[in-house]
Amino acid sequence: MHNLSFDIAHMLAGGLVLVSFMQLYQDRLYALLNTFALHALVLALSVAWQAYIQNAPHLYVTAAIALVFKAIVIPVVLHRIIVRLGIHRAIEKVVGVGPAMLLGIGLVALSMVVMLRVTAEADPLAREDLAFALSVVLLGLLMMVTRRNAVSQVVGFMSLENGLVLAATGAKGMPLVVEFSIAFSILIAFIVIGIFLFRIRERFDSVDMQVLDRFRGERQ
Amino acid sequence: MIGPDDAVAALLWIPIVTAAVLAALPGYRLTARLNVLATLASFLFALSLFFVRPQPGAYLLIDDLNNVFIVLTTFVGFTTSVFSASYINHELEIGRLTPTHLRFYHAMYQVLMFAMNLALIANNIGLMWVAIELATLTTVMMVGIYRTHEALEAAWKYFILGSVGIALALFGTILVYMAARPVIGEGLDAMVWTILVAHAADFDPALLNVAFVFLLLGYGTKIGLAPLHAWLPDAHAEGPTPISAVLSGLLLNVALYALLRFKMLLAVNPLALAPGPLMVTLGLISLVFAALMLYRRRDIKRLFAYSSIEHMGIITFAFGMGGPLANFAGLLHMTMHSLTKSAIFYAVGHIAQVKGTQKIVDMGGLTVTNPVLGWGLVLGVVAIAGLPPLGIFMSEFLIVSSTFARQPLLAVPLVIGLLVGLGALFMRLNSIAFGEPRGERAPAQASFVPMFAHLALVLAAGIYLPPQLVVWLQNVARTLG
Repeated sequence: MHNLSFDIAHMLAGGLVLVSFMQLYQDRLYALLNTFALHALVLALSVAWQAYIQNAPHLYVTAAIALVFKAIVIPVVLHRIIVRLGIHRAIEKVVGVGPAMLLGIGLVALSMVVMLRVTAEADPLAREDLAFALSVVLLGLLMMVTRRNAVSQVVGFMSLENGLVLAATGAKGMPLVVEFSIAFSILIAFIVIGIFLFRIRERFDSVDMQVLDRFRGERQ
Repeated sequence: MIGPDDAVAALLWIPIVTAAVLAALPGYRLTARLNVLATLASFLFALSLFFVRPQPGAYLLIDDLNNVFIVLTTFVGFTTSVFSASYINHELEIGRLTPTHLRFYHAMYQVLMFAMNLALIANNIGLMWVAIELATLTTVMMVGIYRTHEALEAAWKYFILGSVGIALALFGTILVYMAARPVIGEGLDAMVWTILVAHAADFDPALLNVAFVFLLLGYGTKIGLAPLHAWLPDAHAEGPTPISAVLSGLLLNVALYALLRFKMLLAVNPLALAPGPLMVTLGLISLVFAALMLYRRRDIKRLFAYSSIEHMGIITFAFGMGGPLANFAGLLHMTMHSLTKSAIFYAVGHIAQVKGTQKIVDMGGLTVTNPVLGWGLVLGVVAIAGLPPLGIFMSEFLIVSSTFARQPLLAVPLVIGLLVGLGALFMRLNSIAFGEPRGERAPAQASFVPMFAHLALVLAAGIYLPPQLVVWLQNVARTLG
């Protein structure tokens, strides 16, 4: 079924992977949040396109949630938080840009090899969608481990969740329960994170996880 | 007379309504009692499921397997709420908790009970996932409730690692749906566990395999299997002790239960990979790793947190071995571990309050200064280390002997791990319970009933298991494959 609708779905899912790569090398929090907004926007487009070609109107809800919450509300709120915390300047990285990109390429290759092999019998659209989704999930994970800053770890987590939404919408006819729960849990997660950020600020005057790490482990 | 559906509804409605009420009510006395009453009511409704049970629906299911889990969860939930009442009273007196936080704590306790009940009752794998995520989020908030450096860091670590685990589990759940869709068709049915298990033989085995790997890593993080366990000791050590008891005794079990459900799907499909070896490997790694780590612990709650990793490793190992005997032993061990470990945490909670610290160095001679508490801890550690005649000895004996009969080579690391763990626990116990008294000597204002009730059950189970219970567990063990 190599037709236009397939190509567009393919392009949007691939675009999501590309934006995930863009997130990997953003070393300023503002830029990172903007890239995340772009990530969510591409996700919203991709989900909306899936809703259209699958004739599944409930997916438009998921797309709208991605657009409103993830592309607009969350970046705006996080912008405010980082300004209030005074950490809107550069962020540090544990791994440099080059190694991070190479690792990312390796992870994408891995997910292609794994998913395309095991889904040989599934329909091609769902198959490629799943492979892209796993790539986005793994890149989100990579971002979480290569960052020290609490805010960028949260962004990594949210882009990971975007990958899950892509997978869930690509799986044709997946019940609404799940999509809704994903959106809902992100919302909850965000509230939790918000509370944490404020508490961290209150107690440490920093959201650098390395500062927190000093308190780790057994105290003698 | 209550109908079967009412009992299930009650298990979900009681905690959620109580949570709302507790969030609104001020004061300590009333709310702590209400908390106890609500968990007691949940426990009684859970017991009623042994006698009448509803038909499985698209969302909810009660069968022999989860009935055991539900009764255990609500029972430990009830006894922990009794312990929590006296523990929290002390925390309020010394000002570690403010009244606002107390309200929040009680409400979250009930939300956690709701989430665990829902995860156990859910017949829909998506709903089960949502419930486990909810349980994770509530425990994250509880772990961070003291708002110290350490508590916040522990909560953050738990949140990040737990979310990653939960995300991987969701990916696995989606893959299971993808595997089911060509066979069952689109829509809700392809996520209903009872329908999945009926058709699992026709699923695409490759997809199912990948799904299981994700589920194992995802829920394995929540079970606390090494090397995915990093959140567990911190979360146990820094949160309020009742939460440590519930985490160790119940939440780890709930994650294990989710994994078992998916293992049953794979067991039905002859072409899918055998999940056993993966679980056996992770279980053994956790056991040996945790047993070694026990030696270097200086914090009493961390010590028992590592002991939980050790025991979850043993249980995962037993279920990985599979077969009626090992599964039976695994179920028994899980029950005994929940009861014993929560009893130990009840003792530890009061000990830490008496001594005003969690450092083992500052504790000593407990059997002299606080005889009831000290001997309670001794009994608990004897039980958890697996000495006869207590219940854990029996389940460990069954696991070891069935392993020797089938895979003698695997029994070697298993026995070594058990012995190393035993040595470490007794070394620490010796310095805490006996010898020269160290640290504060205030008398404990404690409720000892929950602790000794658990230990009495463990002792009774070690000496005599009622035949009905044995038959029941054997039936469950057979369904696990």
